[in-house]
Amino acid sequence: MEEHIVIIGNGISGVTAARHIRKLSDTEPSSAQAKKITIISAETEYFFSRTALMYVYMGHMTFKHTQPYENWFWKKNKINLKNAYVTTVDTSTKTLFFSEGDTLQYDKLIIATGSKPNKFGWPGQDLKGVMGLYHKQDLENLETCAPNNQVCKRAVIVGGGLIGIELCEMLSSRNIPVTFLVRESSFWNSVLPDGESQMINRHIKHHHIDLRLSTNLKEIKADDNGKVKSVIIEETGEEIICDMVGLTAGVSPNIDFLKDSKIETEKGVKVNRYLETNIKDVYAIGDCAEQHEAIGQRPSIEAVWYTGRMMGEVVAQTICGNRMPYSPGHWFNSAKFFDIEYQTYGWVHGSKGRPDYEVHFHWKHEDDTKCITVAYNKNTNAFLGINTFGIRMRHETFNKWLNEKRDVDFVIKHLGEANFDPEFYKRYEKAILLAYKSSNETATTI
Amino acid sequence: MALTKPEINHLSRKQKLAVFVGSLGLFLLALALFGINFPNKSLFLILSLGLISVGTIIFSNDLYLNKLEGIKNDATWFKSISSRGVLAWVLGIVLTGFYIVLYFYPEYLGQTPSDKPNKGLIALFDPLSELLSGRPASQWFVYGTLYTVAILIFGYKFLLKYRHNRYEQLRTISVMFFQLAFAFLIPEFMYVMNSDLPYYDLKNIWPLNYYNFEQYRVNAFINAGNIGLAMLIFGVLSIFVITPILTYKYGKRWYCSWVCGCGGLAETAGDPFRHLSDKRLFAWNVERWVIHSVLVFVVLMTTAVIYTYLGYDPKKYWLTRDVFLYSVAGFLTLIFVLTMVFKRRELGKDAKYGAVGYFVIIMALIAIHLFSSETKLFLFKAETLRSSYAFLIGAIFSGVIGTGFYPIFGNRVWCRFGCPMAAVLGFQQRLFSKFRITTNGGQCISCGNCSVYCEMGIDVRAYAQKGENIVRSSCVGCGICSAVCPRGVLKLENDSMNGRINSNDILLGNDVNLMDLVNKK
Repeated sequence: MEEHIVIIGNGISGVTAARHIRKLSDTEPSSAQAKKITIISAETEYFFSRTALMYVYMGHMTFKHTQPYENWFWKKNKINLKNAYVTTVDTSTKTLFFSEGDTLQYDKLIIATGSKPNKFGWPGQDLKGVMGLYHKQDLENLETCAPNNQVCKRAVIVGGGLIGIELCEMLSSRNIPVTFLVRESSFWNSVLPDGESQMINRHIKHHHIDLRLSTNLKEIKADDNGKVKSVIIEETGEEIICDMVGLTAGVSPNIDFLKDSKIETEKGVKVNRYLETNIKDVYAIGDCAEQHEAIGQRPSIEAVWYTGRMMGEVVAQTICGNRMPYSPGHWFNSAKFFDIEYQTYGWVHGSKGRPDYEVHFHWKHEDDTKCITVAYNKNTNAFLGINTFGIRMRHETFNKWLNEKRDVDFVIKHLGEANFDPEFYKRYEKAILLAYKSSNETATTI
Repeated sequence: MALTKPEINHLSRKQKLAVFVGSLGLFLLALALFGINFPNKSLFLILSLGLISVGTIIFSNDLYLNKLEGIKNDATWFKSISSRGVLAWVLGIVLTGFYIVLYFYPEYLGQTPSDKPNKGLIALFDPLSELLSGRPASQWFVYGTLYTVAILIFGYKFLLKYRHNRYEQLRTISVMFFQLAFAFLIPEFMYVMNSDLPYYDLKNIWPLNYYNFEQYRVNAFINAGNIGLAMLIFGVLSIFVITPILTYKYGKRWYCSWVCGCGGLAETAGDPFRHLSDKRLFAWNVERWVIHSVLVFVVLMTTAVIYTYLGYDPKKYWLTRDVFLYSVAGFLTLIFVLTMVFKRRELGKDAKYGAVGYFVIIMALIAIHLFSSETKLFLFKAETLRSSYAFLIGAIFSGVIGTGFYPIFGNRVWCRFGCPMAAVLGFQQRLFSKFRITTNGGQCISCGNCSVYCEMGIDVRAYAQKGENIVRSSCVGCGICSAVCPRGVLKLENDSMNGRINSNDILLGNDVNLMDLVNKK
């Protein structure tokens, strides 16, 4: 009898889990390793790359291009897709109830429902023309509210994180004027060190975005049709007339459908290191999973593409009989701020929450679009991590150096080995080394 | 799918002006085409090409120079011209029509019997041709001039578009240089120096240059003395010595996206259409069969053509029909055996069947020859083979479909499905080259920009999201996948052959034990 694995959510976590379970299991029902796999999603029929939604609006690609697998892939690999919305989960009978009234039995359940945009109770946050940017439906909504700068004469984006800046870039690609309200004193400085954060501030302004730092939203006002008319700024009381408001103040686990179930939740679905919930045969992975105890310096909820994929890879092992804890390796991440690419390997903290022992070497190119920050331990000189902007670097090399526990001198001297820029690009290792040496000299003379 | 194409009026006032200026230039060409006899041809030719160039330059400057450096693909899938809209179809039909007239009805361009003066469009180009080589223009001179102008002006546009990317800059300057110097100017100057030499674009290598070893050319080379002989030898060395060495070191990109004229046009004038290539697995299957069939066709055809003009008597000339045929058979067998012995593992299942199939066909044909009559090679007359190749592949495939259909199928249809040179280089690139596109650990977010903008229709993302290097015979190394990647995942490079083809089920960044467990093979 084949075991039925049901996965709620067809994002990167759920799909990675399904693919790996399929690889590790049989499809012949008589086999002891046989597994039937069903992925449920109410959002889309097929898996698509959420990170690419912005490029659809910008006209770089069509929605179809965001789907990494052709449509025949699922049938060929015997992964069933069900387009439905789960309303409740009964873990005692192992049954899922759908909004259409039908049900589905599972043997093992993986919850991979991802996130939803945060709303902090702002007056007017549910008006027409107010949206987050997360689901495919948000994109369709955006296409309606802000198809061009005739319909949308100004947009206001609230929240200075990765999705906020992407939304700014998207709207400005259609020449829609954008006001960007950032609560912090500098863009994303809860994560980025000051030098980098300030460089990105300037880059945002170069793209003609009306960037407002240390600025909070007070309320969103409606016109007579219940549509956005303007926003009011908390600090100054200023009213900004606009046709669209993007709320991008972070995301939180998308788990409302579980509140009447026996599955333990807090902010997210509580899981142990094996990604198991309090209920046997129920697992949670990706953005919606919340670790009982944070792993290393990671947050207990990791809402990142890469960690979603990694959890999918791990849970597949457990489900297929090789019980395995989620033990991610060295932290890494990446993003792109308009034209500036960002990669990070290991840990580099902004001024907030930076450990006492962590100090930085910062180098910035005079053209103001490239910089690096190397974090190291001031007591031991151990290399802790690097942020790189506008210069591509090799994941593998930094992973190796972190494993080998290299010190900061070594890393800066050998930075050329980590370079991943295209051929013939100008190299900056010498300039960086010089700056590093002179900063050390200053440090020792003081 | 609820997402519809938004209506975007993407032309600024200056861009509209530029389009008008460029259209004026084209209008002058059209007037000449329809028989207007301009009084001062030099002036009008300069005016026409000048207006086209100036229009393109103004347009490009306005499009790119007012913006910060970076990827400029906004609205690519909204604009009519680049998303198979009405403009794309109009352009496609006009280009296709031009190629049909060029190849099959040159009299409409103004071509006349050789003793009469040119008329129409070709006559307009007489002054330039007289200036360069002292003879009147021909339809091919007109085509060559327009082709060169297109590569230069759209090359300029491309240089601005990628002004942050030195790889793209150097590559584009290279194709502009090779087109202007090797394809356009040098052959004309060579004619001035020695009018007995056949037209020879030195970078146009057999089998792309399928007629290079035909009797009239070989005779002309030999009759032209040492220089001719040197060129003939260069032609042979190009494909058998120079090409393998360069492809081993740099991959086929040294040719396809740095030197080749077809590649040059595709990368410059064709750049706005690169995303239209078909990425489906189905298209890849078609590609492999079609392109290798063309290769077999051109090998057979060339063998047959050379065979028929060789003699029988070894005392007159060492290279007799039999010696030639046995050398061809021997060479093909050598390649086949070496590949099967050393590269068996790297060949995919289909490729293996294909290779065996083709090898058997060629060997069978050679065997049939040994029992066939003297006027034919194999079952066919050489001339029939030659003329069908020239018609089907040389004209219809590479010209009419390859370029005429840019706005519909993308800019590399010929290079991907048809070019036998690309097949030879690709075979080597897949099996015996240091070139690969390296992926960067676990950084891929499967966004798909790389796949969309791959002009060769390679699903780059399928490799990148597995952390697998891209080693594909069709990759021309244009570098755009790397350029458009928002996360710095892809890098074109030449490195050691070891571990070039890799594949990881678990990507870098996860549990070390899990990676060891799963990736161990």
